[in-house]
Amino acid sequence: MKHLTEEELIGYREGETTQREGIAEHLTSCTACRTELDRLEAVLSALDNLPLPERGPEYGRAVWQKIAPQLPEKAGRGWRAWFEPRRWVAIGAMAAIVIAAFVAGRWSKPRDSGAPAASVAQVRERVLVVAVGEHLGKSEMVLMELANATPPAPGQKQINIAAEQQRAEDLLDANRLYRETAQQSGDAALADVLDDLERVLLDVAHSPQELTPAKLESLQKRIEAHGILFKVRVVGKELQEKQKTPNSAPAPTESKAGGRNKA
Amino acid sequence: MIRMSESAGSTQAREALQSAARESDAIAVERTLAGERDAFRVLVERHSQQLFRLAYRMTGNEHDAEEVVQEAFLRAYRNLGQFGSRANFGTWAYRIAANYAIDRMRQKRTEDARRQTPSALAEEQEQDPLDLVPDERPTPDRLAGNVELRKKMEQALKELSSSERTAFVMRHWEGCAIEEIAAVLKSTTSAAKNTVFRSVQKLRRALEPYVGARGALQAKAAGAAPEPRGTEL
Repeated sequence: MKHLTEEELIGYREGETTQREGIAEHLTSCTACRTELDRLEAVLSALDNLPLPERGPEYGRAVWQKIAPQLPEKAGRGWRAWFEPRRWVAIGAMAAIVIAAFVAGRWSKPRDSGAPAASVAQVRERVLVVAVGEHLGKSEMVLMELANATPPAPGQKQINIAAEQQRAEDLLDANRLYRETAQQSGDAALADVLDDLERVLLDVAHSPQELTPAKLESLQKRIEAHGILFKVRVVGKELQEKQKTPNSAPAPTESKAGGRNKA
Repeated sequence: MIRMSESAGSTQAREALQSAARESDAIAVERTLAGERDAFRVLVERHSQQLFRLAYRMTGNEHDAEEVVQEAFLRAYRNLGQFGSRANFGTWAYRIAANYAIDRMRQKRTEDARRQTPSALAEEQEQDPLDLVPDERPTPDRLAGNVELRKKMEQALKELSSSERTAFVMRHWEGCAIEEIAAVLKSTTSAAKNTVFRSVQKLRRALEPYVGARGALQAKAAGAAPEPRGTEL
């Protein structure tokens, strides 16, 4: 008589249905295989009796109390995030800039074909200058608020930065697009500053929502270490100056801040 | 999850309950995604015990198990958008917990291996001669009560690879379908089946010298065939 393999016995014991009837029939007539199954059963039964610590119905509440302070205000929406209004605002704003730059370029097409390229580029640059200037202003506000945030009051253990985080996250999408545009247009200094800004915004967006005084201080030190507030202010000023000079030739941001960044 | 060894009546009742729970889970998920953070609380309170049981059996200690449960819910919350509302939240959270527990086991093993000095390892592996003396107490209950045997069982489970332990816990204790185990292990169903087999085989090799003979005698004395698992592997 051909005996059952160990694999067949384990499969049978653990619910395998393949050849189940055949195996059961064999077991009724084969003492050796039956003893093998009994041995296996003894091991599994002993394992089944290993103690399992009980957690009562109140356990779920305890878990919630532990995780609730760590949960962001909004649940992660994965791909659905792309359909959120704030994303559409950022995308819409960028689309508007691109369209405005294109239309402006078409409208400003000079009858005198002497210097067409410069004029189109100037208009496009101006549109970008305005948009980036506004973006840097908003970023500066967020970073200022965090840099000047005071540690929580004695009775309060943590400080909530959820609002700043949300704004940092909102600014990140636009920042990436501006940085890429600056890189493509050869404005390395502006691209550098936007790159630094992106790191700091990411740092803020990925920090815990509730910060202990020590963590807040550490975040403030990281913002300070990048010198980003200073850079953002300098570049913002430069862009404002550019806005004021109507016929300035398109030129890369001179950015003293970028220079300092490299230093 | 598919449970094993149940009567048709209790299966129907359980399925009805599961369906109701799934429906209310789906509502809680939608509300959470709509910005009601507190709606997530319902899901946490409903599924914590189940996740703890799985996590404890996978990690083997309460502290790690509690961390696994908390981290699983945090991850579920952060990635809730990726959860298809037609799926079962319990199963999804269960998978997250199992995956995190696997990562944790692997990480712990690496840390332990780094920390363990050769002498400590030899000491741990040294066989206490008293352990080899057969125990006269025959029933599985009593055997499990035996501290030494319990240590042997814990050690045997610890020596399984993280995939093997996951497969054994999910199949043998949690009664999961093989497809579910394959999904967690990110393998094919036949590979998952093999992992279940390998885990049982290793446990048997490690523990049979301590429980095998007595267990066989006891089973013979009882005279009935052991109740096999009911659902498809």
